[in-house]
Amino acid sequence: MKVSAIITLKKDVLDPQGKVIHQTLDGMGFKDINEVRQGKYFEIDVKENDPTKAKGIVEDMCKKLLANLVIENYKIIETQ
Amino acid sequence: MKSSVITFPGSNCDRDMDVALKKFGFNNKMVWHNDNELPKSDLVVLPGGFSYGDYLRCGSMASKSKIMQSVINFAKSGGLVMGICNGFQILVETGLVPGVLLRNKYLEFICKNVFVKLDNKDNPYFKNLDKDIFELHIAHNEGNYFCTDDQLKEIKDNNQVAIYYSNNKGQIDENSNPNGSIKNIAGIFNKEKNVLGMMPHPERMIDQSLTGEDGSIFFKNLINNIK
Repeated sequence: MKVSAIITLKKDVLDPQGKVIHQTLDGMGFKDINEVRQGKYFEIDVKENDPTKAKGIVEDMCKKLLANLVIENYKIIETQ
Repeated sequence: MKSSVITFPGSNCDRDMDVALKKFGFNNKMVWHNDNELPKSDLVVLPGGFSYGDYLRCGSMASKSKIMQSVINFAKSGGLVMGICNGFQILVETGLVPGVLLRNKYLEFICKNVFVKLDNKDNPYFKNLDKDIFELHIAHNEGNYFCTDDQLKEIKDNNQVAIYYSNNKGQIDENSNPNGSIKNIAGIFNKEKNVLGMMPHPERMIDQSLTGEDGSIFFKNLINNIK
């Protein structure tokens, strides 16, 4: 089944790319922005059909490789 | 003295390091990332470059490659492991040294000479050096050292900062910080001081024609310390 994971930078970590995107959007006329934070999205098709187990596998992947827990948080989303 | 330089797919300072180590008397071997065992070594170097194309996060893939388990065991048993630039990024991803390296503050790839100030000489890398300020080369996109407040406290309490970015007088301030690194940190040790990660490249400063020889001073001293 497909499981998705979203990796985002923790709140107090500087995100210069997010800042530049914010400035660019602002320059394009999107004036109603408080902040932009850039993250990563993974869609992983695992050979496991039990949703709890499948999420557990992807969570393990997040902890061991996909996210660096010093600076990033992860969130698991079951897709299908 | 025996040294090993690990080559990952995308390493590009591995041969420079080989030249530098041999120039100052190391019997150096190149080791492929997919090997299982390290040859007998007094020093292991993780070189600069763009291992695995910097995919995911710089150094993250390389930190999981086959040889790294052997490198981690070597480091944990007290062996000297030095990571330069991408090698430093690999070291933080293994957790052998604390913190992470983020994208440079102003989103620029920086390639220039900088000055660094040594913080701590009570370690096998810097002991017996009579200089405190070194001119070295940096070339990186992700050299912005970051760690949590708790990690920073632990780093300070254990004297784990190896070098700070400074000016040529050794002043450590915002003006001499090229990439936004927290507290101007350019290099860091593990608690035991046998593992050193740093962004500057000493192997690029080993000949007058390479704009300086401060790297020579570092390597000459290093081999004498290990002997």
